[in-house]
Amino acid sequence: MKRVGETTEVSGQSPNFLLAKFQDLVNWAVNSSRANSLWPMPFGTACCAIEFMATAASRFDFARFGMERQAFSPRQADVLICAGRLPFKLAPVIRRIYDQMPQPKWVISMGACASTGGVFDNYAMVQGIDTIVPVDVYVPGCPPRPEGLLYGILLLHKKIKGESLFDGVRRREEQPLDDKGLRLSPETIDEISEPFGNSVHQFRSS
Amino acid sequence: MTSPSPVPGALRTEVARDGETIVFVAPERLLETLTWLKDTPGQEFDYLVDVTAVEFRDRERPLEVVYFLRSLQRRADLRIKVELEASAELAVDSVCGLWRGADWLEREVFDMFGITFRGHPDLRRILMWETYAEGYPLRKSFPLRGRFSRAEQVRQALNVNPEANYSLEELSIAEAAGDLPDDMRDRLRRGERGVIPEPPPTAA
Repeated sequence: MKRVGETTEVSGQSPNFLLAKFQDLVNWAVNSSRANSLWPMPFGTACCAIEFMATAASRFDFARFGMERQAFSPRQADVLICAGRLPFKLAPVIRRIYDQMPQPKWVISMGACASTGGVFDNYAMVQGIDTIVPVDVYVPGCPPRPEGLLYGILLLHKKIKGESLFDGVRRREEQPLDDKGLRLSPETIDEISEPFGNSVHQFRSS
Repeated sequence: MTSPSPVPGALRTEVARDGETIVFVAPERLLETLTWLKDTPGQEFDYLVDVTAVEFRDRERPLEVVYFLRSLQRRADLRIKVELEASAELAVDSVCGLWRGADWLEREVFDMFGITFRGHPDLRRILMWETYAEGYPLRKSFPLRGRFSRAEQVRQALNVNPEANYSLEELSIAEAAGDLPDDMRDRLRRGERGVIPEPPPTAA
């Protein structure tokens, strides 16, 4: 599709034709369709969900970006939006919701708590949902403004439009849980769960 | 103001900063005292607002179990405290027999502090999942981030079956159906949805 301006006249034929790789054409058609009609699965657990609702409502209205229909069933959803902190008790729940979503699927981690655990650096809270499910877009903020979430959604559109149906490298498939029931190695989880910023390091008793 | 002097089993009485009366009771006489407070005319503390516990930073001080009582009729409040030595067994009698609402309150105290309530009908964890093995989070000896590494916490959390948090009793519709009126229960049994049944035959 990049050659629109380079149409060449072939003798005796109409100049209205395009040259493109078939793969590009398919990628463009499929990925544009996917990106422009994402069905979000809202997983709202805290104050981020209020901003999420504001984003969905008429003033900001993410239906403008193809999210007209919110899928409250994971089996009909494309993008899981985790809006709010995730306690360990909900970890198997969000994992099961993610597993129930059909491919292709994407995840937006909305807000500081969903992305890193935020201020809740304690015994009860998952330190970033990327230890549970793969995340495509992190939206920072506490909570993010609706504009922030919309920007995250647009970034996800951009990412989807850059994917390829033919090149396995550019589309990361979901990794199932390993034999320990983890998505990442224990070392990785410990590393990304480390406190940062002003958090004081605490020595564990075991 | 409630005169706390006649409360049986009272060890001492304090006035809290907000003006409420706190009565300290010996653990072995707790049930007797609370029964008296609930049933005696002129006391009638018919509403149990909350049950909670306190552990102080001073390790010498005993743990306290606090009962917030209210009399809806008399519009009076009273706090009852029981002191438990941390070195001894942390157990008090359950007051579920007096106030049904104590059920989940006592489960929460058990979950967070590890205080056992003797005679409780169903003493399980309520906030943390039932297989939670790191201890009792609100105890001062509990590290803020928990005892296990983050990876181990994630592993244990992911290996919990969400349905395992519910007992069969809680999952059972049959139990809930027991409280329904007869005609509705009959419709449930027949699997009808949205059909208004024939009115039941009136007794001739």
